Formats: sequence, C-alpha cells, structure tokens
Amino acid sequence: MVFLGGQVLPGNVGRAILGPFADQRAVDALNHSLGVDRPLLVQYWSWISNFVQGDMGTSYIFRSPVAPFVIDALGNSLKLAAVAFVLVVPIGILGGVVAALNLNRPLDRIISLGGLSVTVLPEFVTGIILILIFGVWLRWLPISAAWPKDAGFFTQLYYLILPALPLFLVLFGYIARMARSGMIEALDSDYTRTAVLKGLPWRTVIWRHVLRNALMPTITVIATQTGYLIGGLVVIETLFRYQGIGSLIFTAARGKDFPMLESGILTIGIVYAVATLIADFLYSVLNPRIRLGAEQ
Amino acid sequence: MSAVQTTSAPDDTRRRGPLAEVVFSLLRSRTFLVGIAIVLFWVVCAFFGEHFAPYDPLADDIINALSPPSAEHWFGTDQIGRDVFSRVIVGSRDILTVAPLATLLATVAGTALGLLTGYFRGIVDDIVSRILEAFMAIPVVIVALLAIVALGTSKTTVIIVIGLSFAPIIARTVRSAVLAERELDYVAAAQLRHESAFHTMFVEILPNVIPPILVETTVRLGYAIFAVATLSFMGFGIQPPSPDWGLSISSNYGMIGGGFWWTVLFDALAIASLVIGVNLAADGVHGAFND
Repeated sequence: MVFLGGQVLPGNVGRAILGPFADQRAVDALNHSLGVDRPLLVQYWSWISNFVQGDMGTSYIFRSPVAPFVIDALGNSLKLAAVAFVLVVPIGILGGVVAALNLNRPLDRIISLGGLSVTVLPEFVTGIILILIFGVWLRWLPISAAWPKDAGFFTQLYYLILPALPLFLVLFGYIARMARSGMIEALDSDYTRTAVLKGLPWRTVIWRHVLRNALMPTITVIATQTGYLIGGLVVIETLFRYQGIGSLIFTAARGKDFPMLESGILTIGIVYAVATLIADFLYSVLNPRIRLGAEQ
Repeated sequence: MSAVQTTSAPDDTRRRGPLAEVVFSLLRSRTFLVGIAIVLFWVVCAFFGEHFAPYDPLADDIINALSPPSAEHWFGTDQIGRDVFSRVIVGSRDILTVAPLATLLATVAGTALGLLTGYFRGIVDDIVSRILEAFMAIPVVIVALLAIVALGTSKTTVIIVIGLSFAPIIARTVRSAVLAERELDYVAAAQLRHESAFHTMFVEILPNVIPPILVETTVRLGYAIFAVATLSFMGFGIQPPSPDWGLSISSNYGMIGGGFWWTVLFDALAIASLVIGVNLAADGVHGAFND
C-alpha cells in the first residue's frame, strides 16, 4: 500500500508539470515568430527554477511582476470554490445516500434524473438560467460577483452564492451518483447483513458500517473533480466577471501575456496536486486497511 | 400483441443477429426514443432550418432592436434587431457539425491508441498510458485556451482540440476491452497463423470491441457538445456572424441586467435540450448493449 502511494504521487507531480509544459510549446510557437528562440528545456528550466524561488516573471501587459496578480486571483478563486464545495459535498452525499435508501422509489428517480440532467449541462447555460431567475426576475441576488470594496464576510458570501450555484449543480450530480452507487453496494454487502442480523439498530448499521465504506469511492471522485472544477471556474469567472485565477488565465490567453498565463496554469497544477494529496490522506483516514498496511 | 411477443421471444432472439437485437432493444427504450427525438429535431433544424425560419437569422433591423417576444417575433429580437427565433433554429448547425466531427476524431484516434496499448502491453502501454493520463488531468478548457493561443481560432482548431482531449478517454475504454479480448482463443489462433500484429488488432480484435466503442462514442458526443458550446461562449469556438447558441449568449449576456432576458434564455434552453437529448440517447445505447 505504501509502495502504491509512492507510485501514485510522483504521477501527480508529473501532471502538475505538464500544464506549463504544454504551454511552453505555445510559447515556443510565438518565440519562433519573434525570433527569440532558446532551447525548450533551457527556457523551461530557468523559468521553473525562478518560479520555485517565488519569481513568476513580469507581465507583458501590466509591466509589473506577475506574482501579486496570481496570488490575489487564486485567493478569490479559492473563496468561490470553497463556497461551492462547502455546499455541494454534504448536500451531494446526502442526496446520494437518500436516493440509495429509497432505491427505485420516486425520490430516488427524482434525485438521480435531476442530478444527471444538471450535471451534463454546461456551466454557462445553468449560470445564465440562474442569473435570469434569481438576478433578473426575482432580484434576490446580484448578477455580478464583484462586491463593493471593503465588503465584509457575509456580503462577499452573498455575492458568491449565484456564481457558486452552477458549479454546485454540475458537481452535485457526480457526487450524488457516486455516493448512491457506493451506498447500494455497501447495503448489499455481507458485513451489512451481518450487522443487521447481529441485531444492531438500523441507524447504527447505516452510520458505523454502511456510510464509512460507501463514501470511500465518493472521496476519490470529489478529488478528481478538482481538475474539472478549475475548468468550470474559467467559465464561471468569465460569466460573472469575477477576478479569479480562471479569468486571469482567460485574459492572459486573449492578450498573449505568457508569463501570466504560465504562472496561472502552474498554480492550477499545484492546486490540483495538493487536492489529490489531500484526497489520498482522507482516503487513508477513512480506510483503516491502508493504515494497517503502513505499520507492517 | 405483447402476448404474441412473449411466446415467440426465445425463437426471435435466436434468429436475430446481435445487431438486430441491439436495435430492437433500443427501440423499446423510452429514454433512447425521447433522446433521439430531441436530437433529430435539432438535426432537422440544422439541415433545413433556413427554409422554415420566419426571418433571415443574419438580417439586422435596427429599428426593431431588442423588442420583447411578440406575435411577429416569437422570441423577440437581439441588439441589432435580428430575429431570435430564427437564430435559435439555424443556430444548431455549427455545433452539430463541429461536435460530431470532434467526436469522430476522438473515436478514431482513441481506438487506435487503445488497440495499440491493449495489444502490445509492456513498455508501449506504460509510456503511452502515462502520457494519456497526463493529458486527461488538464481541463479541456485550459487545453483549448493554449491551443487557440498557438494556432488561432477556427472550427478546425476546435475539432482538433476537443478530438484530441477526448481521445485518451476512449483509448482507456478500448484498452481495457482489448486486454480482455487478447486472452481469447481466436487471438491466439490468429497469432499462430502468423498474422501481422496490424491484422490481429484491426481485423480480428476490433470487430469484437465495437460495442464499448459505440457506447463511449455516444457519451463523448454529449461532452463534445458541452465543450463546443462552452468554447463558443468563451469566444474561442465558433466565430461571428454564425447564429451559434453559445456565441449568441456570449454576445448578449452583458445586457441581461437591463432585463433583455429573451436574447439569451432561448439559446440557453436550446443548448440544454440538445445536451440532455444526446445524453438520454447515450444512456439508451448504454442500456441496449449492457442488457
């Protein structure tokens, strides 16, 4: 098990590095046309070693260091992602669990079909429809995520609900589906039957035996969805004119601001690697078999 | 009718080929029929839309700009007076060209890669699979941003970007199917006959892994429509003056604060219906092959 962990983690780092690598080719194409052509690896190395030292280079457009922009944007994006995650993880899991406990009854159908339909829709489509409903017709929520300066925590939260909702909807379907199938499998297992036959109360069986096993695949899915979430952020931040890492990358790509673009993407790669690491950690907390393996 | 079917069912199953069996079970699946009906509706619009659209989708009419839905303009008009209803009908054309072509590219490339990695295993598999996994970790939107910076915006770029981003996913499905197939006797027989690796892969194994490929392709088509719509919305996909849905939303959503909801709502609903239609159909195909 430890060996397996060791195999998986370098893979994640490789993935993180590949972001800027693919990007470097794009840079190279432009360098060709500009005539500033250094060998790929040399460029890449000098850039990555600067990055590690905290120097992200200078923005072509703003003529100032990239780092403050990236850090601000990352902070904003994390706020948005946090709101979406805090909403979706418990509600998604709850939805899946409720669906599984009502297997093939109307409630299960509603949750499964509803989850499936909102998951397959592009974020900007659900975003537009939500803006129309809550922002334009009901006027409950602001249609832009740009809160007034010096806004307090709750004001910021108020501005973030609408942008977080499309992300919530897309992730809800995935998480609920995984939680549902995990639950069904666990409910059907021998250890659940044993627990029931032992005479344990149904509540205890669900909490102590079923949930723990059912949620493990769900956690992996949540972690893999971080990569997806980042793609979603690019769209949502554009739609809501929110100054996050997604809109930073989008603007940098449009303006061909390569240092900004590269730093943005490498930052995303790092976030992705960290998220995977956290998922591995959570997985081992939930699954005692991995911990046992480590001790032996 | 149903009684007749039940009694003759066993005979029918034996007489029908596997393909007919799948078609038959597709036609009985309500999910598939609803999905395919929605998709066919939009395909008809894509082909013949301009013949029954009430207005020219590109003709502007500044005097009537931004007029709300009415008897003359069912879905209202946009900021330069174009008829939204006509634009929504004709708007299916580009997305229904680009998304299927991208899916086709993904399927062809993915199948070839899946056959190679599944058949040869070993070092080929290790190297190719690691590269594919790395590709899968990057969100499509990001790949597209980079490719479009490097190559410029065009329908071809969008097809290539989406096709190549989806190829690894199809390759993974094909690979696992091939891994199971290559242990079977007919593959050993082909190898004993000294058939070339190419022959064994494409003539012997490929026909037997078609079902998972078909299922994966229909699912991918749904995602391809998702991706094309998103890229068009971001301004990296289909370009003006096309009445494409994502593009229309992108050029009109800035004004919805002013209450001009009709300029974006119908396009959004059109995308939603197409995506859900394709996914229902894909679900039906999945069910038909896994019964």
